[in-house]
Amino acid sequence: MSKVSMVLNGKSVSADAEDRTLLVSFIREVRGLTGTHVGCDTSQCGACVVHVDGKAVKACTMLAAQADGADVVTIEGLADGTALHPVQAAFREHHGLQCGFCTPGMIMSAVDMINRHGPGNLDEKTIRHELEGNICRCTGYHNIVKAIKAASDQMAGMAQAAE
Amino acid sequence: MAVEGIGARALRKEDKRFITGKGKYTDDMVLPGMGFAAFVRSPHAHARVKGIDASAALAMPGVDAVLTGDQLVGDGIGNIICGWMIHSKDGSPMKMGAWRALEPETVRFVGQAVAVVVADTQAQARDAADAVEVDYEELPAVVDPLSALEPGAPQLHPEAEGNLIFDWEIGDEAATNAAFDNASHVTRMEISNNRLVPNPMEPRAALADYNDAEEHHTLYTTSQNPHVARLVLSAFYNIAPEHKLRVIAPDVGGGFGSKIYIYPEEMVCLWASKRVGRPVKWVSDRTEAFLTDAHGRDHRSEAELALDADNKILGFRVKTVANLGAYMSLFSSSVPTYLYATLLSGQYNIPAIHANVKTVYTNTTPVDAYRGAGRPEATYLVERMMETAAREVGLSPAEFRRKNFVRSFPHQTPVIMCYDAGDYDVTLDAAMKTADYDGFPARKAEAASRGKLRGIGLSCYIEACGIAPSAAVGSLGAGVGLWESAEVRVNPVGTVEVLTGSHSHGQGHETTFAQLISERFGLDTDAVSIVHGDTDKVQFGMGTYGSRSGAVGMSAIVKALDKVESKAKKIAAHLMEAAEGDIQIEGGELKVAGTDKKLTFTEVALAAYTAHNLPEGMEPGLKEGAFYDPTNFTFPAGTYVCEVEIDPETGKTEIINFVAADDFGKVINPMIVEGQVHGGLVQGIGQALLENAAYDETGQLLTASYMDYTMPRADDVPSFSLSTHETLCPGNPLGMKGCGEAGAIGSPPAVINAITDALGSNDLTMPASPEKVWALAQSGMKQAAE
Repeated sequence: MSKVSMVLNGKSVSADAEDRTLLVSFIREVRGLTGTHVGCDTSQCGACVVHVDGKAVKACTMLAAQADGADVVTIEGLADGTALHPVQAAFREHHGLQCGFCTPGMIMSAVDMINRHGPGNLDEKTIRHELEGNICRCTGYHNIVKAIKAASDQMAGMAQAAE
Repeated sequence: MAVEGIGARALRKEDKRFITGKGKYTDDMVLPGMGFAAFVRSPHAHARVKGIDASAALAMPGVDAVLTGDQLVGDGIGNIICGWMIHSKDGSPMKMGAWRALEPETVRFVGQAVAVVVADTQAQARDAADAVEVDYEELPAVVDPLSALEPGAPQLHPEAEGNLIFDWEIGDEAATNAAFDNASHVTRMEISNNRLVPNPMEPRAALADYNDAEEHHTLYTTSQNPHVARLVLSAFYNIAPEHKLRVIAPDVGGGFGSKIYIYPEEMVCLWASKRVGRPVKWVSDRTEAFLTDAHGRDHRSEAELALDADNKILGFRVKTVANLGAYMSLFSSSVPTYLYATLLSGQYNIPAIHANVKTVYTNTTPVDAYRGAGRPEATYLVERMMETAAREVGLSPAEFRRKNFVRSFPHQTPVIMCYDAGDYDVTLDAAMKTADYDGFPARKAEAASRGKLRGIGLSCYIEACGIAPSAAVGSLGAGVGLWESAEVRVNPVGTVEVLTGSHSHGQGHETTFAQLISERFGLDTDAVSIVHGDTDKVQFGMGTYGSRSGAVGMSAIVKALDKVESKAKKIAAHLMEAAEGDIQIEGGELKVAGTDKKLTFTEVALAAYTAHNLPEGMEPGLKEGAFYDPTNFTFPAGTYVCEVEIDPETGKTEIINFVAADDFGKVINPMIVEGQVHGGLVQGIGQALLENAAYDETGQLLTASYMDYTMPRADDVPSFSLSTHETLCPGNPLGMKGCGEAGAIGSPPAVINAITDALGSNDLTMPASPEKVWALAQSGMKQAAE
């Protein structure tokens, strides 16, 4: 048992956790944020993707203790108040989700993908390749790809407008 | 939001909670004092349980109890049953082996539970489960269904001699044999349909809470049909009478059939909660899901198609062996019989059909309905045969199909089904046009110039949905009726709650069903909420599977809406001193035709509840319920065209283009329907190219994780070109047919027909892995060179 502290969705949190506690368990069980999901046990499905210090990480591949001192953002922390993140909005607009279980991980991966490539720099092939760590069983990916492309292009427009 | 009626691409009402992480799935539920269950599972495919030593586990931290099958049986918990009786052709009933939720004597598949640990935390429960010592005496196992039928094969159940569950037939054998006697050409194939694992992304889970003062159970669980779960748990498993058992299926992360059934784990949580006196939660890990969620498909068939000199089909003869695994799951017997062989007529005039189906026990995970359930197996068989026959007689696959299409409706097939409406030429033409089928030879030549092999394949599928007329399925052996129920509650402020027995686990009912109310009453969809998934709220329901929620579930809502509308009109007529027949509902208002008199829907609703001035003798309130029993199955149909390019050096198949033209009858929300087709297509393409549940000869599942079982990922599949073409179903008020399974049903033969076209070889089984495709490509090139 050790004390784990981190900034979680902008709030400093601290809790005792068993040493073997995974980051995903810390987020879900210790902090009660259940938007981050567990879909497998081999770090393949990506339902548990969160951002750790600005990078997409599968929260089942990391111990909570390894995230001590980190800045962690989950799906609950992505929107700016009531204003949805453009990727969240695009998933709804383009019907990029059905059962919703893979969705938080998909969205967190997509945000990271857009950040890494730069808004507006994603084509279908790149998006499909980049999504290899996230499995969806409902949508057949068609509308997820559309949603990510639309969000990426929209964010490029927003960045341009801001300049 | 807005008024968004039938046909609107309304964005989904349920999405906001899912994109913000506020969905509530079973694993997200927390109850005070809850403990966690972990199961002790057999590592052997077939073994006698000689003893269970729980002493070490019981001494571990946080452990409450280790419960075994002897205790379960001692407490009178019933065996898991199959709810659809099939009789063999000799009249004898199917042979159901005893399936206990925790097995005290003989385990029959790897992963079968023999004991459960309840502890304070999930980690403690899992650690303790590892510490339970089970003494097994291994027995010989049989995995292959054909081997299981051989004399001398290991025997699974004393009830089923020779591992044969039933030997069933459908159709006129003599007439079919006679058709073959008169044939000028016969196409023969051996066709297997690979075993799949459904893999909804949310693993199964259960949280059971027993209140001893009330003698009442509550179960939160991942179910597609909570009322059916309650019925079975009460009537057959002796958990509690229905009024003492509440089943809640909250947000459910996909089902695809695998969450229809009542599995041992959910039942054990209910029983264990009562035993240990605390709420008990269990969440499946992914390997448990691979080992224990009901698998799909797994057929071996021999098929023969008889043609006359004009290439018209004379007869179709099929022999199928279906592997049902180690036990009979809830609807397992119906899948390879009435959901399969009744679709063997495809879209075609076939005067005589005979099918013989043998189902067999093996030491593998039980098999039951998975997206499509029997209909993908039928479609794969029919459409592989059609393409192959066309190649053999030298007709284009499209021309051969057109020659044999059903064009007059209703059409009675020789295998029970009576097709009510359709236009198979329209979907075939549309798909071929979109796919530029005629331009294929040029593309093939261009690909050849780059050293690549191109192929194109068709699939003209039909399925039976809207499951199903209760009396009809009852006569075929179903243990339940397959109607649906709905209740429409208009609140005094004019908002509407619809309580439905359908269950949404991704299908978007909260939006689609609200569009129906929006259409009828001219109300904003935001003024409507859809309530489902709780046996304490919804009067009853048969749940969601078999593409039935539109055709059956929405029809029940329509019936209830008719009653609400009738009462609202009576109230409005009374208040406005008009004749009931003159009241029209338009834009959220009830108007007297030909006058400017009107009342808002809210004013009428309020009047119904204040009850100050109602027509003489009318009860207060505005709430109506209805049960709807379908009059027939519905028959979605369509054509899929797949074009592939194969790299003969690597055996890698790339889908260059995939076109779907579907007839789902009336479409309520095209956006949601397209999403259903996309998902189904990828599951079907997954079956054709990637997915396979592989066992070794000892019964170990070799593909029990995402490291081994190839789930389709985004870069394995293309984007799709879709279109829908409506012929209305005459059997239900909205003319709906259903769209949930079509993609998974129609796509595998299109893919394999395309690959075999490219390779010039028909000797290919699913999944068409690079290894198999490479070998065929290489031998094809070698033959060409010789």
